[in-house]
Amino acid sequence: MPSTPALRCEQLVKKYGDLAAVDGLDLEVDGGECFGLLGPNGAGKTTTVEILEGLNEPTAGRVEVLGMRWDRDERALRQRLGVSLQETHLPDKLTVEENLRMFRSFYLQGRPIEEVLELVGLSDKRASWTERLSGGQKQRLAVACALVSDPELLFLDEPTTGLDPQSRRQLWDVVLGFKSRGRTVLLTTHYMDEAERLCDRVAIVDKGKVIALGTPRELIASLGAQQVVEFVTERPLAPDGWGGLPSVRSARRSADGIALTVEQLHVALPAILARAEPLGLTHLSTHQASLEDVFVHLTGRHLRE
Amino acid sequence: MNAPTAGLKSAPISPLWELTLARLRLFFREPGAVFWTFGFPLLLSVALGIAFRNRPAEPVPVAVVSAELERSLEADPQLRPRLLGESEAREALRTGKVDLVVLAGPPIAYLYDPARAESRLARALADAALHPRGAPATIDRPITEPGSRYIDFLIPGLLGMNLMSAGMWGIGYIVVEMRTKKLLKRLVATPMSRAQFLWSFVVMRALFLLLEMPVLLGFARLVFGVRIVGSIALLLGVSLIGALAFAGIGLLVAARAQNTQTVTGLINLVMLPMFVASGVFFSTARFPDAVQPFLRVLPLTALNDGLRAVMIDGAGVTGIAGQIALLGVTTAATFFAALRLFRWR
Ligand SMILES: Nc1ncnc2c1ncn2[C@@H]1O[C@H](COP(=O)(O)OP(=O)(O)OP(=O)(O)O)[C@@H](O)[C@H]1O
Ligand SMILES: [Mg+2]
Repeated sequence: MPSTPALRCEQLVKKYGDLAAVDGLDLEVDGGECFGLLGPNGAGKTTTVEILEGLNEPTAGRVEVLGMRWDRDERALRQRLGVSLQETHLPDKLTVEENLRMFRSFYLQGRPIEEVLELVGLSDKRASWTERLSGGQKQRLAVACALVSDPELLFLDEPTTGLDPQSRRQLWDVVLGFKSRGRTVLLTTHYMDEAERLCDRVAIVDKGKVIALGTPRELIASLGAQQVVEFVTERPLAPDGWGGLPSVRSARRSADGIALTVEQLHVALPAILARAEPLGLTHLSTHQASLEDVFVHLTGRHLRE
Repeated sequence: MNAPTAGLKSAPISPLWELTLARLRLFFREPGAVFWTFGFPLLLSVALGIAFRNRPAEPVPVAVVSAELERSLEADPQLRPRLLGESEAREALRTGKVDLVVLAGPPIAYLYDPARAESRLARALADAALHPRGAPATIDRPITEPGSRYIDFLIPGLLGMNLMSAGMWGIGYIVVEMRTKKLLKRLVATPMSRAQFLWSFVVMRALFLLLEMPVLLGFARLVFGVRIVGSIALLLGVSLIGALAFAGIGLLVAARAQNTQTVTGLINLVMLPMFVASGVFFSTARFPDAVQPFLRVLPLTALNDGLRAVMIDGAGVTGIAGQIALLGVTTAATFFAALRLFRWR
């Protein structure tokens, strides 16, 4: 039996006047995987996700969700999806439990409300009005509303933006738990650590296009280097020439100095130091290459700036 | 306990009921909304009831220029004569301190302003007092019976006004607020039936009616002795169709508005003319004949006329068929248009 992908879109385009928010985007998400859309502000992530959710009309392109199409199968599809939008203001003066009960009532089947409350860690807040929840608790309630239907496919648009590290980790556990039941997740994020931790595969989106696709490990490996060395000297420097040093794969200008991607730190570092010290080295640091470096490598810009 | 499948499937809940419940909860948890719906009409009825209460007749102030005239007029308790010099007396008339000046004759002269009803009344009273034999025998029937006082006119108007503003604010404003907060978008991302969503507002308004009407009418009965002459069932029916008409208008103003300022403007645009011209506080008959046809097709005019016909005159269904038909058509047309135009995102 040929398995249909959970999500597929081809040559997706969405234009707002002259602006192409989505500009020929292809995507294929398999059942049971957690797929991440990673990209800077305005990349077109939300627009893409809302088209896939059937909440926005594409200007051009084909969309298939769970093997079905929005124009024909909307009713059936809605029963099987869970959605958490980038921003939704749930009614202020309904309690957590009342909100969940209302969302649960729209679905033919789903999970018991107590179970979902437990899952997102809001059991002790069940009787609180939404307006009295903290930002992180509100976000977890939004995810809970997407989970009450026990969906096959879950869309999360920036589920952890603005959360403290502890709340983020709590939400990650919710997503991983959901995935471990064989369900599919499409999430968007600005955080590479989140993408590296949660996603089986990641598409890096910029200006409405997918500019890189693969597992986080593959994408980082595509840099051909495991480490990044960043340094600042007293006299301003140009990146030219640094790429030729032993074990250095690429060189570029960073915030206030130079950033080099490096294969083997112990080989490259002595050469870098020997050349930088006479120029008045004031700062040097190294870190493991991340998806952020992949993005910078591809676009010359940072994800969040 | 005896539900082994409970882990898989929660008890089925009706989405219409859940949506309606949410609307009711959100209303009653908003003290402001509760006040404007239930408290405000009561305060208004008290304030206006006091301002326009039926007072015992005040004696009419009259200026006279001789002590003899003063004595003759004092014989009538409805007149309060004051002895003044002629120029002072004319001044008092001009500034409205007295309604009439009587100059000693012969012949006796009345100075009065025929454009002022009080002034004409004063003249007639003075004339009757000075020429008692010429006065025809009369019987007075002062109007203080329930059914014909201002408060009897006012209460159905307040009920109509309340049905209008509750529909416009309680539906129009709330729906737009849900749109700006992206809650509508979130709801249409679920399999929620859009028809049931809109129905929940209609059900809410109907349930509310069962609270609004007894509160206002019970209060008016207890405090002012306002009676319902016609059938209570028919009164409820007229109120219901009125509430539906304004639910439809509320939905229509909310159909496309993208922010609450826009919808607030639209609501005021719809409501203010009807506040003034649909006979809430005074009869529409005060407006010139030329605009009467326009006033009659305003939904609030039809509602107020219908409510008054049932409450005051005890009209039956046939007596208010025109008003019911107009409200029915308004309901159907506005719901239809609102559904066609409605923007869910
Ligand atoms: N309704 C709209 N009308 C006009 N332009 C829009 C509209 N919605 C989005 N855009 C534009 O489309 C582009 C993509 O927006 P989108 O919301 O998809 O970005 P995003 O990747 O989700 O960004 P963020 O990370 O900030 O949420 C932006 O330039 C945005 O200004
Ligand atoms: Mg976004």
